[in-house]
Amino acid sequence: MSVLLDILGSVGMWEAVLRIATPLIFGTLGVLLCERVGVLNLGIEGIMTFGAMVGWLTVYSGGDLWLGMLAAALGGAVFGLLHAVLTVVFGLSQHVTGLGITLFASSFSYYVFRLAVPTSSSPPTVEPFRAYPVPGLSEIPVLGPILFTQTAPTYLALALVAVLAYGLYRTPLGLAMRMTGENPHAVDAQGIDPIRLRIGTIMAGSALMGMGGAFLTLAAFNSFFPTMVQGRGWICVALVVFALWRPGRALLGALLFAFFDAFQLRLQTVVDGVPYQLFLMLPYVLSILALIAMARRARVPQALMQPYRRGER
Amino acid sequence: MTRVLELDHITKRFGAVTANEDVSLHLEKGEIVALLGENGAGKTTLMSILFGHYTADEGSVRVKGQALPPGKSRAAIRAGVGMVHQHFALAPNLTVLENVMTGTESLWKLRSDRAAGRAKLMELSQRFGLKVDPEARVADLSVGECQRVEILKALYNDAEVLILDEPTAVLTAQEAESLFATLREMAAKGLSLIFISHKLHEVMSASDRVVVLRRGRVVAERETAETSKEELAELMVGRAVQRPERLPARPGAVLLEAVDVSLGGKGAASLRGVSFRLHAGETLGIIGVSGNGQTTLAGLVSGLYAPDAGALLIKGHAPARYDVPHAIAAGIGRIPEDRNAEGTIGDMSTWENAVLERIWAPEFSSGGMVRRAAARAATEAIIRDYDVRGASVDGRIRLLSGGNMQKLILGRVLTAGPDILIAAQPSRGLDEGAIAGVHERLLEARGRGAGVLLISEDLDEVIGLSDRIRAIVGGRLSPAIPAERADAQLLGLMMAGDWTAAERIEAEGEAK
Repeated sequence: MSVLLDILGSVGMWEAVLRIATPLIFGTLGVLLCERVGVLNLGIEGIMTFGAMVGWLTVYSGGDLWLGMLAAALGGAVFGLLHAVLTVVFGLSQHVTGLGITLFASSFSYYVFRLAVPTSSSPPTVEPFRAYPVPGLSEIPVLGPILFTQTAPTYLALALVAVLAYGLYRTPLGLAMRMTGENPHAVDAQGIDPIRLRIGTIMAGSALMGMGGAFLTLAAFNSFFPTMVQGRGWICVALVVFALWRPGRALLGALLFAFFDAFQLRLQTVVDGVPYQLFLMLPYVLSILALIAMARRARVPQALMQPYRRGER
Repeated sequence: MTRVLELDHITKRFGAVTANEDVSLHLEKGEIVALLGENGAGKTTLMSILFGHYTADEGSVRVKGQALPPGKSRAAIRAGVGMVHQHFALAPNLTVLENVMTGTESLWKLRSDRAAGRAKLMELSQRFGLKVDPEARVADLSVGECQRVEILKALYNDAEVLILDEPTAVLTAQEAESLFATLREMAAKGLSLIFISHKLHEVMSASDRVVVLRRGRVVAERETAETSKEELAELMVGRAVQRPERLPARPGAVLLEAVDVSLGGKGAASLRGVSFRLHAGETLGIIGVSGNGQTTLAGLVSGLYAPDAGALLIKGHAPARYDVPHAIAAGIGRIPEDRNAEGTIGDMSTWENAVLERIWAPEFSSGGMVRRAAARAATEAIIRDYDVRGASVDGRIRLLSGGNMQKLILGRVLTAGPDILIAAQPSRGLDEGAIAGVHERLLEARGRGAGVLLISEDLDEVIGLSDRIRAIVGGRLSPAIPAERADAQLLGLMMAGDWTAAERIEAEGEAK
């Protein structure tokens, strides 16, 4: 019992929660945007891998860290455009297309990585984002180190939550996006092109996914390896349901998952006699339970996964 | 008077098919014009041209004297023409205000002015007597309320001309009545309206002028005051339409008997102590305003629900179980109220829909395998015998028009030769020609000795087809009166719950 309390009482554990949550926040917001306009984007796993690779490679080739993030965002957007063309313009199955993009983007990332870094026993590294203590705020006891001694992309992710929450619920564009996910015919009848809106939103959402991937290679670690996304993309897809398609709850969900993850990592080191794989399972099992609890209240966007064709009902 | 809208010599062809040919139509300020025509006459195409969804091959559209550029979907809205679609273009998970405001502000504005939007919506709502709660979620609204939101959406876009595409197709009779009252008020306040319809009584009661469209052409234009239902029916169909005559009944044994049945409505109104008998070779009409328990009654007889109390006897026996397979095995044929939701599976083929109900019959499957050849042959026979137009055996049934889909359902039910036929709102949403066809089939079934339970809210239909009539009010059934004694006034009283006259008539019948 005291072991648990020690873990829960340590600042290091809570500081890790926000760090672990950051790529999930990016990814969940990305999926959330896509689904809000009615398109499921299962390409996320591959898009995050590609973002991780392209961000790292940009910095490895001498680029600035932020240039790396930008490259990841652009790379994500390109795959987003591919997904959008296939699912929105051609109206193909969103499941199949998304999985295809995940397979393609993952393999493509590794291919490009191998072209750039042909052989090495230990993967080369870059100098990652350093923690940036916010002047003044980081001095606050307990909260300071937890919340305000993070890397810059973490602050960006938190800011994006606020921006998206405001944007979706307080601006005409956000309303049009939500409407597109509910009833694209209604949007079209009001003179807005739902197809262009969908394409643009999917690209933006995929850009966020790419940045989430880049966080892994440019802030959480400092090198790239092909399996590093490790199912985080799928977790994001589930978190969107858990979040009931709201940005604020998406943050909450990402933090909750990150908390389980940070907790089990520390449990592994202190509890003996239990296979560590059981602890690895813990966040996923708890996520499924949380999902079951939340999903009953879900108000799924009504046009999710329905391709829009003009004049057809 | 000023002319607010003119459609001039519009022609539109789709390949070899001419949807509109040289159609001209105009609308004066403050006027209600009915655009009357059967399904497929080109009404919707014409309106789609007005709204820029299609480009006309010839002709022009002018709003308040200004020509609209063809093929621009926003142009008509900007010029002040609003459209209320038959299938609502609403988002169920968003609020009324959000639905109305979508697309009304510049997309790149950083803040949506909801306060101003709400004020404008409330002002319109008051001015035209269209009550809504701006913060209500659309999913929680009734169909009638959704339509109000659709109208307000058009008005919010500053529409002065309002086009309503079959506005009553999804409404109950009461809701339709209140809609037309609202429309008349709107016209009195200076709005100009066109409503598209194939229902004659609506056109007669709500319009100032009628334009009749047949096969893409304007065949007549009449002041409503100077025409009649009969004339309009003939103009619309192109020949005199006669609803079939009902021959005297030869009632036989009791086929179906409900004994004091109570049943909690599953999402619909409950039944409270319902008793009736249905004889072989007769039609029992159940009339009533929607929402009084009709759906539950139809579900009970169809085998969807078991009674909570009381019993439903089929040929004198209570079924072993109250479920659909037992109901079908007992010889009950069902024409469901909502043919799209309950009568068919839209994305499955015609033949699958035609046999699905009896897929376990040896005729259509053996050893767990579907006998496709037999199923397809049966479907072809239905398509041929019941004149289902536009259907192919393998085509998706969703593509059929309402009338043809109903013909297929009728064929499916009647070829099984049911002893008891339950027809719920069988002609809802159908045009004159199709209605006559459905009625003929129902009378035919009765003629060969089936008992027909007809549930409808259409007075003419119930009087025309039934031998005896009961009203359904608040989940209870009125006494039965013979159809010969029925008129609009008496049935109106019965539907309102005043059963004194009906009781007297029933007592007279029994005394004889």
